[in-house]
Formats: sequence, C-alpha cells, structure tokens
Amino acid sequence: MKKVRVALSRMWRASPLAVLGMLILLGWLVVLIFAEQISINDGIVQDLVQRFKPPSWKHPFGTDSLGRDIFSRVVFGSRISIPVAFMVVGVSLLLGGTVGLVAGYFGKAVDEILMRICDLVLSFPGIILALAIAAALGPSLLHSLIAVVAVSWPIYARLMRSLVISMRSSEYVDAVVAQGARVPRILAGTVIPNTISAVFIMATLDLGNAMLTFAGLSFLGLGQAPPTAEWGAMVSVGAQDFTKWWVAMFPGLAIVSFALAWNFIGDALRDLMDPSLRRLL
Amino acid sequence: MSDTLSTQVNPTVSTEAAPTAAAREPLLRVRHLVKRFPITTGIIFQKTIGHVHAVEDVSFDVYPGETLGLVGESGCGKTTTGRCILQLHRATSGSITLEGVELTKLKGESLRVMRRDMQIIFQDPYASLNPRKTVERIIIEPLAIHGLEGHSEGRKARVRELLDVVGLGSQFAKRYPRELSGGQRQRVGLARSLALNPKLIICDEPVSALDVSIQAQILNLLAELQEEFGLTYIFIAHDLSVVKHISDRVAVMYLGHIVELAGSKELFLNPIHPYTFALMSAIPIPDPELEETRVRQVLEGDVPSPASPPPGCPFHPRCSRAQTICSESMPELLDRGDSHFCACYFPLGG
Repeated sequence: MKKVRVALSRMWRASPLAVLGMLILLGWLVVLIFAEQISINDGIVQDLVQRFKPPSWKHPFGTDSLGRDIFSRVVFGSRISIPVAFMVVGVSLLLGGTVGLVAGYFGKAVDEILMRICDLVLSFPGIILALAIAAALGPSLLHSLIAVVAVSWPIYARLMRSLVISMRSSEYVDAVVAQGARVPRILAGTVIPNTISAVFIMATLDLGNAMLTFAGLSFLGLGQAPPTAEWGAMVSVGAQDFTKWWVAMFPGLAIVSFALAWNFIGDALRDLMDPSLRRLL
Repeated sequence: MSDTLSTQVNPTVSTEAAPTAAAREPLLRVRHLVKRFPITTGIIFQKTIGHVHAVEDVSFDVYPGETLGLVGESGCGKTTTGRCILQLHRATSGSITLEGVELTKLKGESLRVMRRDMQIIFQDPYASLNPRKTVERIIIEPLAIHGLEGHSEGRKARVRELLDVVGLGSQFAKRYPRELSGGQRQRVGLARSLALNPKLIICDEPVSALDVSIQAQILNLLAELQEEFGLTYIFIAHDLSVVKHISDRVAVMYLGHIVELAGSKELFLNPIHPYTFALMSAIPIPDPELEETRVRQVLEGDVPSPASPPPGCPFHPRCSRAQTICSESMPELLDRGDSHFCACYFPLGG
C-alpha cells in the first residue's frame, strides 16, 4: 500500500496531467461498469411532456427531444462509445501497423502495392468512404465498426512505414543483421520497439477521432441503432438546435473528457517510452 | 562452468597471433569484387538509368592475425567493400571466400551460420547501439541469436566477461547507451562484436567519430584484443596516421579501385602510385621546419562522380604523370617486388 502511494506521488510530480487523465479514465470505467446503479433515471423511456427540459435536480443534464433523461443516456452511452473507440483504434493500429511494417521493411513491389492501396483510401474524405462502406454492408454495429477501421488504418500504415524505412538504414539494425538474426527477430527485437511508441501515441490521439467518425455513422442511422444511447449520435442530434445547449453539450463533454484523458496519457507515454526523455522511472 | 567460459574467451592464443608468417592460407580472399548500385527513375515502372560504380574489380587477400588497412577518400568504395564482405550488400559480381567458403552464393541458414565468423564495428557509436536496450541486452543479442551459452545466467556471465575484456567492467551491464560516452559506447560495440568469437572483424572507421585522446585508447584496445584472441581486422579509415599506426598492410582505394597495396611501412616510406604519393604528402608532419621544406603534391580538381567514372585509370584526369594510355585502359594491380602492388603505367621511381 505504501509502495503504491509512493509510486503515485512520484507519478503525480513527474506528470500531473497523466495522473489526471488516468483518474478520468478510471472514472469512466466505474461509470461503464456500474451504469445501472449510477443512472438515476431510465435513459430509454420517452416522456413527451418533459421534452427539452433544462438541467434540474430531477434531470441533472436536462432532457432531449423525446423527454429522455440525458444524464442516464450519457452514462449508458459509455457502454457503446468507449468500447467502440478502443476497438476501432486497436484494430486500425494492428492492421495499419502491420501493413506499414511489411511495406517499409521489404520495400520494392510489396511497398508500392500496399502504399497505393493506402493512397486510394486516403484520397477520399474519411467519413464519406466510411458511409459508403457502412451503407454497402448494411446497418449494424459490426458493419459500421468495419467501415471506420477501413478508413482509419492508412494513417498508421503511413506512419509505421516511414519510421521503419528510417530504421532500416540505421546501424543498429545492420548490427543485428550482421549478427545473423532472422527477420522475425530483427522486426520484433529491434524495429518494432523503436517505432511502436510513436504509433501508440498516434493511437491515443486518434481515440477521440474514431469516436466522432463512428458518431457520424450513428447519426445517419448506420451505427448504433436508436434508441440505445451513444455519445456521438447524441451530440449530432443536439447540434441541430443550440438554444437547447444541454442536449449536445453533456455528451460532447463526455467525448472531450475521454479524448483529452487519452491525450494526457499519450503525452506521458511518449516521455516514458523515449529513453532520452525518461523521467517517470 | 567458469572453465568452459574462459576457454571461449581465449581461443588459441598460443600460435595464431603472429602476423608475420607469409606462407599461410589467406583467411579472406576477395577476387574481382564489383558492386554497382542502380540509379532508378519512375514510380511504379522503375527504369534503371545508370549505375553508381561503388566498387570496381577489387581483389585482395587477408591473412589470419593481420590487420589490413583500407584507405581512401569519402565515396571511394571502402565502406561498400566492407559491407559486401559481410553480405550486408550483395556483390554485383566477383567472389568473396572466408576460409574457402564462398560467401556471395550463401543464403538463408548457411549464411546465418557464417555470420558468426565475421563481425563489424561501426563508425558512429551513437547510431550503432539500440537505444532501447541495456548494454547487457545488446551484448547478449548475438549469443541469443545463435543459441550460445545455453541459459540466461551463462549468457550474463559471458557479458560480464566481455565487458571486462573491453575495459568497461560489469557495472555497465544495466546502463543504456545514452548514459555512456562515445568511447564507452565504442567499447560496448566492440564487446558485442567479440561475443561470437569471430575470426574477422571489419572496423568501419571505428575511431573517426571519437576525440583524439579516446581514439588512441580504442586503437590500443583493438591491438591488445588482436593479440589476445588472434583476431584479423580489416581496418577502414580515411585518417592515414591512424591506419599507419594499426595496419600490417595497407590498400589504397580510389573511385572503387585498389590502386596500391603494400606493407604498411613500405607504403608510407615508399609510395609508388601517384595518388598514394599525393595522399602521403597531405599528412601533416609534426615538425615545423620539415613541414616548411617538404615537397607537397596538391591534387587539382575533384574526384569524378562514381556514377560516370572516367575510362581507363580512374585517376588519370587528376594525375600529373598521365599519358594517352591511361585514359584508354585500366592498368593491372601488379607486384612491383616484395609484395608491393601498384596499378599504374607510370609508377614513381619505376
């Protein structure tokens, strides 16, 4: 226990924002797990008499156009929005990272083919392409996940490729090649550890983005189907009428707090993973 | 345990160390080595529009226990030659044999196994060590790659030994490269290349990135290790005084060709290729009076581009002794007596 306290106070001194970020995430985790206990009202039940009520004791975040309690919807929305963001970013990172690694390390024709595919995806505005893919696959949560991943992996591939190319000509990679290492060892032991932190930081910064792209699809009826609450869709609905500011603001704050927490952590992780900047340990 | 370790650190110190025996079989034999890098244009359908002639028809032998210096200006192909030997670049043509094994044809597993016998020390100690690994893990890596020293304790013991051998001490094992000075890093690089007990070490300008005082330390360490382990070095450098200090024989390269090759003393006292002569006259003499009176030969112009080397002898556009034949064909590298090789139609004193 004492050790934990020492470690925490050390981290606080080294990077208070990272600790704040972690606390926010911890908070969201608690909300996500104990949604039933925390939400004071049902987020699904409609009550048209109560529509567009500003925040009050009964409805801390007010009510929406159908008289649903926004506080409860934000709380339950975390169960969709947070896992979705993680899944999109995680799969994009894996897919894009692998593509970039292969393209960058092996070069030549493989590189050309993979990068032209990347260009193809990047030449469309992300949301439009995601829309087309989601529409073609048909509305469902899984399909819209696939659609968002399909438009967000190329940035990881690009980043990874450029890092790997600069790494491939470095002398410490030559050193392990000259020692007789096989390709998997070269990649896993030397190339990936020296590139992954930048990609990982990109991922933490991309989490908020993924959430918003997904929200766009939800808003158009291609993501999470109503009435289940989802933050992005809630913001989209609320953004139509800013005189009812509370409708968009509270789910918006949820997204911002989540994205910001990850940015803080991403920053700290970069410092931690870059040995020349190591302060936390 | 300790017995087996010490035998591996001291491989046959007794007989192999003497570099003088001439009748010995060469350890490394390079014959007509050519390396050209294609210059390409176009994005998808790449066309080769020319070649950089990095190494052109280079042949030499390296005998066990000796140090062969490889000198020349930047871009003359000395580093490329070293990398071709190590198969970090694959030769365009020619033959490279290490103890009779043809390296240029080797692939996959058999090449991996051969790599144990030849290692490299890099020029820039700041770029050649993985910044994310501790010194211990850097030196363990080659052991792990080849599955040597069995388990992790044995490997760690070996690392401590190697650190002692290069004069660092085991307290450096847990440090990261960024915590070390340039000289210390170069010692780690040395320990890493010694880990596999290689027969041949290619030193690619190992001291040119270091302070002069540190240079001397590393050079002395290299000499000590050579004596102790019977190592063979190819010492690539552009600093003539360093090469003179450490080499038994020296090869001078110009634009991808070896133009002169002789014993170190012989070459520095009695250079016969005009290019070597010009190089020697550029070495500063630490005596102001001698420096005043010496005859200097200053070269005119620049080194031609290796992408379009001149016909014939590559040196002829800058050579004061050049005649028509020099621009027509490349002179052969011939023995001018006493194993002093020179590729020139009109050598000095000849």
